[in-house]
Amino acid sequence: MVYPPPLCGGGRYAIVTFFLVQFVTGLASASSLFLAACGLSIIFGVTRVVNFAHGAFYMLGAYLAFTLASRLAGDVGFWAGIILASLAVAAIGALIEMALLRRLYSAPELLQLLATFGVTLAVEDIALLIWGPEDLLGPRAPGFKGAVNLLGQAFPTYDLLLIALGPLVLALLWLLFRRTRWGVLVRAATLDREMVAALGVNQKWLFTSVFALGVFLAALGGALELPREAVSHTLDLQIITEVLVVVVIGGLGNVLGTFLAAIIVAELNAFGILIFPKISIVLVFLVMALVLIVRPWGLLGRAEAAARMAGGASLARWRPFDKRGRLLAALAVAAAALFPFFAGDYALSVATEVLIFMLYAASLHALVGAGGLVSFGHAAYFGLGAYGASLALKQLGLPMEAALVAGPVLGFAGALLFGWFSVRLSGVYFAMLTLAFAQIAWSIAFQWSEVTGGDNGLIGVWPSAWAESPAHFYWLALALAALAIALLRVIVFSPFGYALRALRDSELRAEAIGLDRHRLQWIGFAVAGAFAALAGALFAFLKGSVFPDTLGIPLSIDGLVMVLLGGVGTVSGGALGALLYKTLSIWVISETDYSKLVLGLLIVALVALFPQGLLGAVQAWRGRDARLQGATP
Amino acid sequence: MSAPAKLSVKDLNAAYGRAHILFDVSLEVAAGEAVALIGRNGAGKSTTFRAILGFVANRSGEIRFDGADLSRLAPHDIARRGLGYVPEDRRIFADLSVEENLEVGRQKQRPGAPRWTTERLFEIFPNLAETRARLGGRLSGGEQQMLAIARTLMGNPSLVLLDEPSEGLAPKIVEQMIAAILEMKREGLSLLVSEQNLNFAQLVADRVAVIEKGRIRFAGTMAEFDARPDIRDAYLAL
Repeated sequence: MVYPPPLCGGGRYAIVTFFLVQFVTGLASASSLFLAACGLSIIFGVTRVVNFAHGAFYMLGAYLAFTLASRLAGDVGFWAGIILASLAVAAIGALIEMALLRRLYSAPELLQLLATFGVTLAVEDIALLIWGPEDLLGPRAPGFKGAVNLLGQAFPTYDLLLIALGPLVLALLWLLFRRTRWGVLVRAATLDREMVAALGVNQKWLFTSVFALGVFLAALGGALELPREAVSHTLDLQIITEVLVVVVIGGLGNVLGTFLAAIIVAELNAFGILIFPKISIVLVFLVMALVLIVRPWGLLGRAEAAARMAGGASLARWRPFDKRGRLLAALAVAAAALFPFFAGDYALSVATEVLIFMLYAASLHALVGAGGLVSFGHAAYFGLGAYGASLALKQLGLPMEAALVAGPVLGFAGALLFGWFSVRLSGVYFAMLTLAFAQIAWSIAFQWSEVTGGDNGLIGVWPSAWAESPAHFYWLALALAALAIALLRVIVFSPFGYALRALRDSELRAEAIGLDRHRLQWIGFAVAGAFAALAGALFAFLKGSVFPDTLGIPLSIDGLVMVLLGGVGTVSGGALGALLYKTLSIWVISETDYSKLVLGLLIVALVALFPQGLLGAVQAWRGRDARLQGATP
Repeated sequence: MSAPAKLSVKDLNAAYGRAHILFDVSLEVAAGEAVALIGRNGAGKSTTFRAILGFVANRSGEIRFDGADLSRLAPHDIARRGLGYVPEDRRIFADLSVEENLEVGRQKQRPGAPRWTTERLFEIFPNLAETRARLGGRLSGGEQQMLAIARTLMGNPSLVLLDEPSEGLAPKIVEQMIAAILEMKREGLSLLVSEQNLNFAQLVADRVAVIEKGRIRFAGTMAEFDARPDIRDAYLAL
C-alpha cells in the first residue's frame, strides 16, 4: 500500500525523494509485468492465440512458488522453488497446448480465446481447492530481505534485484531470438507459418515450445512477486487485464515495446494513486485508449500483426427465415409464452434472466457475426442500459415504461461515443480498446458513488404495478426480447446489414465500391449497444437493483462465450448459445460450490468437440455434401 | 514409363471451399528430369503445387514421391522427404536477414540428393553474397527470387517445385535464373517448373504438361510439344 507524501515536515526535499522512491518502486513492479506480458506477446506473435489463461498461469506460478519455497526452506530452497514452480507451470502450459490448442489453430481465433477462458475459470477453482480462499503471504527472498538507503528513504533490496532482472530478461530474450536457430525459426513462423512448414520445419513443436516459454515467463513473473505481494485467487483476472493493456500499448508481438509499456503501466499505477486517487483505475485504460488512437498498433507494433480476428466466415449461406423458419420461431415464442402456466416463481425468474441474456447475446452476435467486430467490452452497454433505466426511475422519477426507453438511449449514446474511437481500429486492437472503454465505464459506476451508489449499487428498481408479478414481467421480457431479436435479424438482412458483412469479409473491396467503413461500423456498433442496453434495462428491473458488475469484464466475456457456443458463423446462434450457457451456469452454480471448475471444463470440452459452435456444428453437418468426389464436369 | 517416377500424381482433384479447381490432374517427373507445367493465369498451376505439398485440405487422388504416398502427410513431413518448394510470390521472411532466411531452410543432408551449403549458394547467386546481412524485405524482386530458390536448396531436396520463377523479373535476371536452374539440373535435381513464359520453359525443361481450367490438356516431350502448334494456340495463346 502506498501513502501520499506528508505535506508538512520534510518540505520540498522530502516530497522529491518520495516521488523518486515511488518511481523506483514502479520500476520494480514493471519487471513482473514485463515478464508476464512478453510471454503473452511471444505466444501471440507465433501462434496468433490471445492466451486469456496467461493470468491464470501467472497466478499458478505464484501459488506453486509459495508452496515450493516454503517446503524447500533455506537459501537455495527459495530460489529453487521459484524456478521449479515456473518450470512446472510451463509444463502444464505445454500439456494444455498439446491437448487443447493444437486442435484449434485452424479454427476462428476467437475460439482459442474462449478455450483459454475456460482454462482460466477451471484454474481459478482448482487454486481455490488446493490453496484455499485466504491470501497467502510468501517468504522473503534470502539475501534480499533488507533495504538500502535511497536519498534518506529505505528501499527494499529485493526491488533493486527485480529492477535489474527486467533488462536482463530482455537481453536474454534478444539473444535467444537473434542468435539461436530456434529463435530464427520462431521469428520466421511469426511472419509466415505456411512457408516455414514448406521448408520442413515441424511447427507443432515450435508452437509447443513457444507456448511453454511464454507460460514460463508468466509463471516466473508471478513467482517473483511472492516476496512483495500476497497471493490470492483473484490474481488471474487482475493480471490478465494489466497484461493485455501492456501488450496492446507496446504493440503485440514486440518484446521491446512490451518492455517500455510495462514501465509506463507500472509507473501509471504507482503515481496514479497519488495524483488522481479518484480515477486511478481508469488512468491506465485512459492512456491505453489515447495510445491506440494515436498509434493504432501500439507504440512499436506493426499493422500486419492485427486484423486477423474477424468473426470467421459463415458456414452455410445466411438466409432470412423462410415460411417454415418463421413458423418454427413463432411456435417457439408461443411455447415460451405458455411457460408461466406451469412454472413456479423461481423458475420464472430464471427463465426471464435467460431471455434477457438471449437478447444480450443476440446483440453481441450481430456485432461479432455480421459486423466482424469482436468487442470485448459489450457489457458496457448492457450496464449503461441498466444504470440508465435505474437512474431514470430513481433520480428522474420516470415510470418503468419510460425507464425502459431511457436505458437503451443511454446505451446508444455510450456506444456512439466509445464506438467512434473503437471502429478506427480492427482485430485484437479493436477488442482491447472496447475492453478499455468498458473498464472505464465500470470505473465510473464504481467510483462516482454520489450518482451510481458505487459498490452498493442502486436498489429498489422495481417494475410498474402491472408488470410486478413474475409471470407478467416474464411476458414483458419475452415480448421485448422476441421483438428485439427479430428486429436484429431484419437489420442483418437489410442493405445496411449486407454492407456490414461486405466490410467484414473484405474491407478493401467494400471500401472500393464506396462503403464508408468507419461510418457504417460506427452505426452498427451503436445499434448493437442499444439492443444490449435494452437487455440491461430489463435486467435491472428483474433484479430490482443494479451493480457495477453489470459493466464488468466477466459479463463481456460471458457474452462472447454465448455467441461462440451458438456459432459465430450463424445468423443468430448467439441467442441459442445464451439459452444453453445461462441455463447451464445457473444450474451448475446452484448444484456445486465449484461452478467455475465445472463451467470451465465444459467450455473447454465444447470448444474441443465443436470448434464451430453448436449451431455451427449442426449446419456443418447438414452442409457436408460439399465434399469433393472426383471429377464431374 | 520404365523407371519408377520420382514424383507421380494421379487423378488429383482439389477444391477451395466449394470451388473445384483441379480435375483429375495426372503428372509424372522422372529422376533427374525437368518438367514444365505451363498454362495461363488461373489455369491451376499453383494449386497443383499446393495440393502436392498438402496445403489444400480438400483434395483427393494419389501423390507418390519416391514411391511413398504423400496424401496423408503434413506439409513439413513432405518437405523433409526432400520435396522442395519455391512459391510463386517468393514469400521471403521480410524481417529476417538473407543469412537467417537461408537458416530457416537448412535441413540435414539426404542420401541421393545434391548437397548445398551457404557458400556454394553464394557462388551460384553472387548477389546474395553481397547482401547477406540485409533484411529480406529490402531485397529487389530478382534478389528475392534467388533467395527463395537458395533457401529451398538449403533443405537439400531431391526434387524442387518451382512456381513461375521468371515472373516479373528483368530479362537479365531471367538469364541468371536459367543458368541457376540448369546448374541445379546438372547436380541431378529433379524439377517441376510452372511457367507462362514458353521460351523459358523450352530452355530448361525436358518434358511439358499443359494445364487449362484445372485439366491437363497435353503431356509429352518438348519435341512433341513443338510439333503441336494447335495445342499452343488453343490453351496458351492470349
